[in-house]
Amino acid sequence: MPDPRFKVLTSASTSGPGDAGRTGSWRVERPVLDYSRCIPAKTGKSACHLCWLYCPDNVVSKAIEPQIDLEYCKGCGICAEECPAQAIEMVSEENFVAGGENE
Amino acid sequence: MSEKLIDSGNNAAAMAVQLAAAEVIAAYPITPQTPLTEKLSELIAAGEMDAEYVAVESEHSALGVCIGAASAGVRAFTATSSNGLLYMSEQLHWAAGARLPMVMCVVNRGIGAPWSVWNDHQDAMSQRDAGWIQLFAKDHQEIVDITLKAFRLAELVHIPVMVNYDGYYLSHTYMPFELPDAAAVKEFLPAYEYAHALDPQKPESLNTVTLPDSRNDTNGVKQPGYMDIRHNLHQEMRLAMDVLEEIDADYQQRFGRGGAPILDPYCCEDAEYIVVAMGTIANQFRDVVDRLRQEDGLKVGVLALQVYRPFPTAKIAETLQSAKGVMVYEKGLSYGNQGALYADLKSALYPYPARPQLHNFIVGLGGRDIRTEDLCQTLKTACQQDDLSAPEQTDAPQWIGLQL
Ligand code: SF4
Ligand code: SF4
Repeated sequence: MPDPRFKVLTSASTSGPGDAGRTGSWRVERPVLDYSRCIPAKTGKSACHLCWLYCPDNVVSKAIEPQIDLEYCKGCGICAEECPAQAIEMVSEENFVAGGENE
Repeated sequence: MSEKLIDSGNNAAAMAVQLAAAEVIAAYPITPQTPLTEKLSELIAAGEMDAEYVAVESEHSALGVCIGAASAGVRAFTATSSNGLLYMSEQLHWAAGARLPMVMCVVNRGIGAPWSVWNDHQDAMSQRDAGWIQLFAKDHQEIVDITLKAFRLAELVHIPVMVNYDGYYLSHTYMPFELPDAAAVKEFLPAYEYAHALDPQKPESLNTVTLPDSRNDTNGVKQPGYMDIRHNLHQEMRLAMDVLEEIDADYQQRFGRGGAPILDPYCCEDAEYIVVAMGTIANQFRDVVDRLRQEDGLKVGVLALQVYRPFPTAKIAETLQSAKGVMVYEKGLSYGNQGALYADLKSALYPYPARPQLHNFIVGLGGRDIRTEDLCQTLKTACQQDDLSAPEQTDAPQWIGLQL
């Protein structure tokens, strides 16, 4: 039996949203999905999902209409780079701040 | 059956590691450690020890292999000396920070440049802040006993343990010692079961970039940040001293030897002047103490420090606080300041109002002969030095046996 006074392990992580902390706060550009271009959304079939596969923070859902968890999306742009249908656009966060360009 | 032997300190260490049933040995040869690892590889090649000997190209890799083995839940051992230990330095911090139990013998030797193959303690001293528990042996029997206790300590507290013994003074000299019975050792040191051994079915990253702040992991469980992890290492290392005492008591009951796992005093009870030292020089001082008591009627004693990290602050201060004088003899220093042990001791005694007068002696660097006569003379002079010179003068280290 390990002695509870002594830690067995210091730092371990399993991949998943939030494992590196509130990574959403790092984001400078936000991925915005256009479902009219996205392959599964267009065909209604579970297909492609390269964004889900490549996202290093596991924050894209493997859904017919993929969802991005912005709490933890760090804005790296890998999903946009990998998307074969150019369905993801990286948009500056400025645009989402009250009083931003598009507001 | 226990066995009485006359052999070298390095072979004593190797036989203790064999008894401890270490499963992975990774080491790179360096004088004066070499015969220890040669003996282990011989034992494995002859089928007398069921372990994997990983031949590596450097000390850095040797400790890397042990870190991997310990992470997989395997009992690991390595050994080195001098610059070999320094080459491991990065991995030393890693093994401690990752809280991996393992044991390393450091056969103490001076550090280059210039090259020296002879003994002093600068190698161990230079790694005192790495987060390892550092134990010091004074003779062959202690090498055996401390090594066995070290494995159990490391595995109970999840902090790696360094067993230090003096190069040549112990590594290459022959002394009688007793090897405990193998079956009894097995009961004392049961097979190592790591509660978090690597498991391919459960992939995870270990000790990746850890944030300044604590965080919730993917299961929503709060995980410590870097500073919390480091705080725990410090706190639990302090606590490890109690565990070492428990282990020593158990060892004494089983094997009949022990009772002084942290401080080993000789003639200290009524002593007005106490020498503090680590390793073989503490044993050499027993002759000096006998002589000064007989010939000069001086009430002197010697306190061997068996554990340098964690530093037994309270215990040592309690033992020394009522002495008139405390003389620290050490084989290493913090360059540009003073002896590292001296500074630690001074800080431990600071809170005690009746603290003794302190003296610092640097001795035996790079194997410079330590003459008992010199120890007698310097100790006697220090005991009789009543009218004290300026504080900064008494505080400066005195070098013994210089040939400038
Ligand atoms: S990679 Fe592009 S097309 Fe494929 S699922 Fe993701 S957004 Fe849709
Ligand atoms: S930008 Fe895309 S790939 Fe990068 S974290 Fe956000 S969702 Fe994942």
